[in-house]
Amino acid sequence: MSVSAPAKAAIPPVRQDRVRKYGPDGISGRRLGLRIAVGVIIALVFLTPYLIMLVGSLKTRPEILRVPPRYFPQDGLQFGNYASMWSTPETPLPFNLISTLIISIFATLLVLLVATPAAYYTARFRFPGKIAFLFLVIVTQMLQPAVLTAGLFRQMLVLDINDTWLAMILINAAFNLSFALWIMHSFFAGIPKEIDEAAQLDGAGRLKVLFTVNLPLVWPGIVTAIIFTFVSSWNEFAASLVIMSTAENQPLSVALTKFIGQYATSWQYVFGISIVAIIPVIILFALIEKRLIGGLTAGAVK
Amino acid sequence: MSTLTPPVIRERKRGGGPQNRDSLWAALPWVGPVLLLIFGVVLFPAAYMIYSSTRRISQAGTNVEGVGFENFATVFADPNLPRVLLNTFVWVIVVVSVTVVLSLLLANFLNKPFPGRTLVRMAVIVPWAASVVMTTTVFYYGLDRDYGIMNSFLVDIGLLDSTYGFTKNVATALGAAIVVGIFVSIPFTTYTLLAGLQAVPSDALEAAKMDGAGPVRTYFSVVLPQLRGALAVAVLINVINVFNNLPILRIMTGSIPGYSADTLMTYIFKVLQFDRRLDIASALSVVNFAVVILIVAVYVKVVRPMKET
Repeated sequence: MSVSAPAKAAIPPVRQDRVRKYGPDGISGRRLGLRIAVGVIIALVFLTPYLIMLVGSLKTRPEILRVPPRYFPQDGLQFGNYASMWSTPETPLPFNLISTLIISIFATLLVLLVATPAAYYTARFRFPGKIAFLFLVIVTQMLQPAVLTAGLFRQMLVLDINDTWLAMILINAAFNLSFALWIMHSFFAGIPKEIDEAAQLDGAGRLKVLFTVNLPLVWPGIVTAIIFTFVSSWNEFAASLVIMSTAENQPLSVALTKFIGQYATSWQYVFGISIVAIIPVIILFALIEKRLIGGLTAGAVK
Repeated sequence: MSTLTPPVIRERKRGGGPQNRDSLWAALPWVGPVLLLIFGVVLFPAAYMIYSSTRRISQAGTNVEGVGFENFATVFADPNLPRVLLNTFVWVIVVVSVTVVLSLLLANFLNKPFPGRTLVRMAVIVPWAASVVMTTTVFYYGLDRDYGIMNSFLVDIGLLDSTYGFTKNVATALGAAIVVGIFVSIPFTTYTLLAGLQAVPSDALEAAKMDGAGPVRTYFSVVLPQLRGALAVAVLINVINVFNNLPILRIMTGSIPGYSADTLMTYIFKVLQFDRRLDIASALSVVNFAVVILIVAVYVKVVRPMKET
């Protein structure tokens, strides 16, 4: 080893100690610098569209429609845009935001309410048709509202809940159910069942065992399920586009597309709203960043 | 973009005393609500869509009469269909393959330790967390011929001689949509592959090094085979997501008249919204659905992503 790598011996030992935590071999400072540089470039590539969004949201209307465009506004940052953007002629944005919030929150609550007991039960008990049940859940995971929009539209018309929050709450809940169920299932299955048995000996019923013993242990799984369902409902587009026809009922995703193709689009408002809508979701994602790697593929990737 | 991972059905071996085996009736209160939602809001609309595709439905939504496969005959005789199918396949194949290659490079890089790695990983998540509609909107604005910032940046760095109306003609609008499609698909794919990389046992890497394998050889003979599961999942989920994507194409190719830049998905929505032909749209959706199932089936058969290795 020492014969084949004379170059390595030239690195002062102290320095190698310092960088040792960045790799089992202890890589050189120059390579580390290269990695950092590549990392910065990657981060910039992924953040640039959102920086354009942020800067654009602070431009005046003449500035953002200026030909040729300037990268940074010369007439000051318009923080007032964040107040005036709520009253634009294109779409009633405050209503759109409330719609998005209500649909996403209630869809998430419904998913939790329905998926948690099922996840616990399928992880703990056996019943006839269990495999068929789990297979059904996987199959729905392959389906998205976009594929079934024609059918969903027709169904909501017949149920007479077309163009209502309830329709979108049910749709978002149903299509996100399978992922939530699976992720929680894998978390419940990781808890030794002896814990349950001890509680049962103390006379606790199954529901009580679920709530008092299991839930506190699987909360990371529940948080992941909550965030995924919420984000996916928050961003849903295809079904809302067809089912929500009243301007006030439409979620932000649909409402924002109305700005596009206008004669002189109020881009500064489109971007202001986008920033307001994106930042909370990014914070949610940042909270589960670690789990995105660990728990996301639970069961699928060995 | 909602991104889901299909897990493997794995019956765990556990004690399974008699108290753990329930009857169907005892199970119903626990799993019943899930079944209700799945049957009511996923499977029923699917069945209803198939049924609608065999009816004639007036533009006001009245179910007039059964017409058998007439709607499908109309769909297959549609002169727009070949172009729409071609666009769909180009869209799916290019977006998924480029996404997977770039994500593989990115995941390998983000798996190496360096200071600030967590921040770079966070930056890569952002397009995943941001709504696809909003991300696409920024690209649409940035590529505007007159006031688009990305367009003028391309001129400033010398890639273009003068600004260009990317969203105004079929080829460049589809190209721009493909770039956005790749951009928003990379985060999920990269994270799935990162998960796979972390599962590569370090003793296997040590053993390869002991045997004198270089980094390239180690990568192809040790790391890549271990990534098989993660890669298979990432490709499958991406194919489904990209195939069914509506907002990117709807926005980027929205100002092009006619159907020459449409994929199956945007075409269905044009038929549904502008022509108000629910019956034809249902037949198209059934075709679309069949294509998805076919791709998934062929893929599962050939690649066997669920195989336990």
